[in-house]
Amino acid sequence: MTAVSSASPGLSKDHGDPVTGNRLYGPLPDVQGEAGYETDHPARVGFFTDTSVCIGCKACEVACKEWNTLPMDDSHGTRDALGLSGMSYDNTGQLGANSWRHVAFIEQSRAVDLPMPVFGRPGDDRQDAGQPVNPISPQADSTLNAQTSVLNAESLSQFDPQTGQSGSDKQIRWLMSSDVCKHCTHAGCLDVCPTGALFRTEFGTVVVQGDICNGCGYCVPACPYGVIDKREDDGRVFKCTMCYDRLTDGLQPACATACPTQSIQFGDLDELQARADARLATLKGQGVETARLYGRDEDDGVGGNGAFFLLLDEPEVYGLPPDPIVTTRDLPSMWKAAATGAAVIVGVVASAFVGRRR
Amino acid sequence: MTESTGNEPAGQAPVTPGAGWHRAGGEDLTRPRRKRRRGGGGGWGSGNREAAMVPEAEFSSYYGRQIIKSPTWKNPEVPLYFFLGGAAGTSSVIGALAEFTGRPKLARNAEYTAGIGALASVVLLIDDLGRPERFLHMLRVFKPTSPLSVGSYILSPFSAFTSAAAGIRLLELEPVLRLAAKALPFLPSLAGAFPALRKASAVGAAAFGGPMATYTAVLIANTAVPSWHAPHDELPFVFAGSAMAAGGGITMALTPVDEAGPSRKVALSGVALELAAIHRVEHGHGIVSEPYHLGKAGKLLRAAKACTVGGAGVTALLGRTRAGGVLGGLLLAAGSVMTRMGIFEAGMASAKDPKYTVIPQRERLEARQAEAAARAGTDDPHEARSVVR
Repeated sequence: MTAVSSASPGLSKDHGDPVTGNRLYGPLPDVQGEAGYETDHPARVGFFTDTSVCIGCKACEVACKEWNTLPMDDSHGTRDALGLSGMSYDNTGQLGANSWRHVAFIEQSRAVDLPMPVFGRPGDDRQDAGQPVNPISPQADSTLNAQTSVLNAESLSQFDPQTGQSGSDKQIRWLMSSDVCKHCTHAGCLDVCPTGALFRTEFGTVVVQGDICNGCGYCVPACPYGVIDKREDDGRVFKCTMCYDRLTDGLQPACATACPTQSIQFGDLDELQARADARLATLKGQGVETARLYGRDEDDGVGGNGAFFLLLDEPEVYGLPPDPIVTTRDLPSMWKAAATGAAVIVGVVASAFVGRRR
Repeated sequence: MTESTGNEPAGQAPVTPGAGWHRAGGEDLTRPRRKRRRGGGGGWGSGNREAAMVPEAEFSSYYGRQIIKSPTWKNPEVPLYFFLGGAAGTSSVIGALAEFTGRPKLARNAEYTAGIGALASVVLLIDDLGRPERFLHMLRVFKPTSPLSVGSYILSPFSAFTSAAAGIRLLELEPVLRLAAKALPFLPSLAGAFPALRKASAVGAAAFGGPMATYTAVLIANTAVPSWHAPHDELPFVFAGSAMAAGGGITMALTPVDEAGPSRKVALSGVALELAAIHRVEHGHGIVSEPYHLGKAGKLLRAAKACTVGGAGVTALLGRTRAGGVLGGLLLAAGSVMTRMGIFEAGMASAKDPKYTVIPQRERLEARQAEAAARAGTDDPHEARSVVR
């Protein structure tokens, strides 16, 4: 066995969570350490995708396809097919073996009060005209400042395509969100991979080794987000690597590099988390009631995501599961049931041989 | 409120969860099979927002698309593998015990059943791989978190032991030994050791027989597929019962009645266990149990139940006649095949429809939020929402 084990941290009870006795779920402060890396490994990196500033340009999708030489596919993942989804501007449709970034597009409207003119900002739910509070913390970085000063400026709000008024009685907004592999703290795909093709990198990301994968397909239904998929003509599975090749050369992932609005932010995970918390506070302060972070909470069912999001509506509206749980959390109980079942078979057969001959 | 027109005042927006936003456009494609309510407050303005109050009727999704990916496993190869693994697993235990209780015909038939079933299992499993030539990569690591890894370490020795036992049985036949001796001239000199080797192999196989039959239930339960994951504590017992019905049934059908007594008992116990366990799978998990009743899965499982119950009836009443044993065994095996196929189809259906992913998760989330709200001493669910998020 190599020093860097492709086995997941689960089931070893020696130095796991003192409460649960294992590391199949819950917060994991040092994922790389748990995977067997020495303490001098690089910091865990991630994506913070701030959908409130996404303009749906799909530069991330294009950059990803170009850099990773992903084949063309239609909105259902059929390779080399050119097809329109017929549902919106989103013709990528989903994440899959050939699409590692997917910009979701949702057009929403709501009724507004006629006599009161409303000028909304992204997700603005304010009904009064009070001055926006800007509780940016002093340690806010330049990215955050740029976003709050330009994109939320009062003067821009009425031209903002995300909240433009169409007609007099309803308000329209466009939600756009660039989805990607979440690089979970407890990654179902990694847990169930029987060959060790999926492994945890020194950056804390989850990557498939193409020369090991034998196409068993177990990771595909194990992912609670529906990210990883099999390329049928190839036989193996593929997903976002967070540009592992670029990271090892000190470059940012292609999508984050290409994003023109800094909706996709790449960096050390703890730094991104602080930035996201500040951004959420800013939006809340401006009255954007529906803003929420997704995948930020380390107490969630997957121990938090390496790639997390700021959303303006419920996760399922964007095609994300509202409360994902890594399937292996329940594995000890399943093994117990299977062992009992196996014992029942042996017991029943043995007792069938006892007694009357016939 | 009067007939909804879509332009109700937005004054309620701040108190509406989600601030009243909903997907634009006439028919809401994001909510398939939604029951339209008339005059339901807010027109098309607040549909999914009231999902909190009526979770089983409404939910949001991204244009009705599935959230998780459907398993890429081949059908019918994989459900057949589950069936064969179960039948072979049970047969191997029957074979080993028959060896030592003076039932030579039952031992022979059970060992052949186990050997053939195990070898076919290996073929089916390798055939299901996207890169079959890399089958041995399964054995480059051992991961208790991967049921397929554990399963590879069950199937490998199991198929080795069962095919050894069955192979030695074949070599004990004079013409086969003569033929084999042409390739391996030393074989006849080993003939004296054959019975001992065979019995040792049968015991080795039996040690892996039980796990072989039940690990496949963990294989499917340990996924994000809602209708497979939710009944994760019951599926191993369904598989155990189905495996006993199949293994007992097949060995009963092949064996003269005076030796087939244990097979009959195993088959009948298996039916009882399977029916009890699958009842809980089909009824104990709310909306996630639904796919077990609908469409192809529902048809298969109803047919499976008819075969299984019929097979058990024939076995109990006519099992002591040769014809009854054969008919009962065939019915039980058919029932077991269709049970596995029905469970497979139910999982596929639950993966395809986002409601089976979203609604249980939303219920779980809202229960947690309500609990947090109760702890925080407030009964306003919207307070709870922001507290938890």
